[in-house]
Amino acid sequence: MALMTDRKRVIGLGSAKSGTDHFWKTTVTSVALLVIVPMFLFSFGPLLGEPHEDVVAALGRPFPAVSAALMLIVGFYHFRLGIQVVIEDYVQGLARKIAIIVMACLSYGLMALGLVSLAQIAL
Amino acid sequence: MADVNRGNRPLSPHIQIYRPQLNSMTSILNRITGIAMLGSALLVVWWLVAAATGPEYFATVDWLMTSFIGDLIMTLSVLALWYHTLGGVRHLVWDMGLGLETDDSDKMGWGIIIGSFALTFLTIIAI
Repeated sequence: MALMTDRKRVIGLGSAKSGTDHFWKTTVTSVALLVIVPMFLFSFGPLLGEPHEDVVAALGRPFPAVSAALMLIVGFYHFRLGIQVVIEDYVQGLARKIAIIVMACLSYGLMALGLVSLAQIAL
Repeated sequence: MADVNRGNRPLSPHIQIYRPQLNSMTSILNRITGIAMLGSALLVVWWLVAAATGPEYFATVDWLMTSFIGDLIMTLSVLALWYHTLGGVRHLVWDMGLGLETDDSDKMGWGIIIGSFALTFLTIIAI
């Protein structure tokens, strides 16, 4: 038995060296998404199947544009956090590191692609 | 004295020999829906890129998204989205230390399943 107090054990912030940071970020983004998801769903949904000019006009207005932007930013960030936990559960060693990096690149890449497209439409 | 319980913590259930029950199934499904929505997100981003590119390319992608298979994928995406959202709410409730008894967890589990279908139905009607 190590002669170590609870306090001493958490001083190094646990095995991940970041304490509950990952969990907390997932929690904060999940609460944000409770508002963002309905906003996005009901502004994006009706645009599917509409003519190009109507879609461009709609995404040029603040509310649909902000809903889509928030969905891209917070949604992909939440996904990037969640998929890392999944990878850590099922993949070991070097493959784990590669998978986490690939998924991070994919998440941020798709986020950027969506935001740039949105900016080109909206502006 | 602080390390008394180290190494004697409850273990995760071993999936191959663990009898399936509502609690584990709803939890696994929460993870599956979360991963599956990457596909939905990919389609939505593709649709946005197409809208930014021009009317012709947009028409192609938009036709694909509103075809029978596109509608099916989008409907399942909405179902996955509501399921994962309600599953997430259950996690927020659990994090507050509430509803951790088996009975309460089961009730919330059925709530998630029925609720996600109901919300999907309402979303499709509203949109």
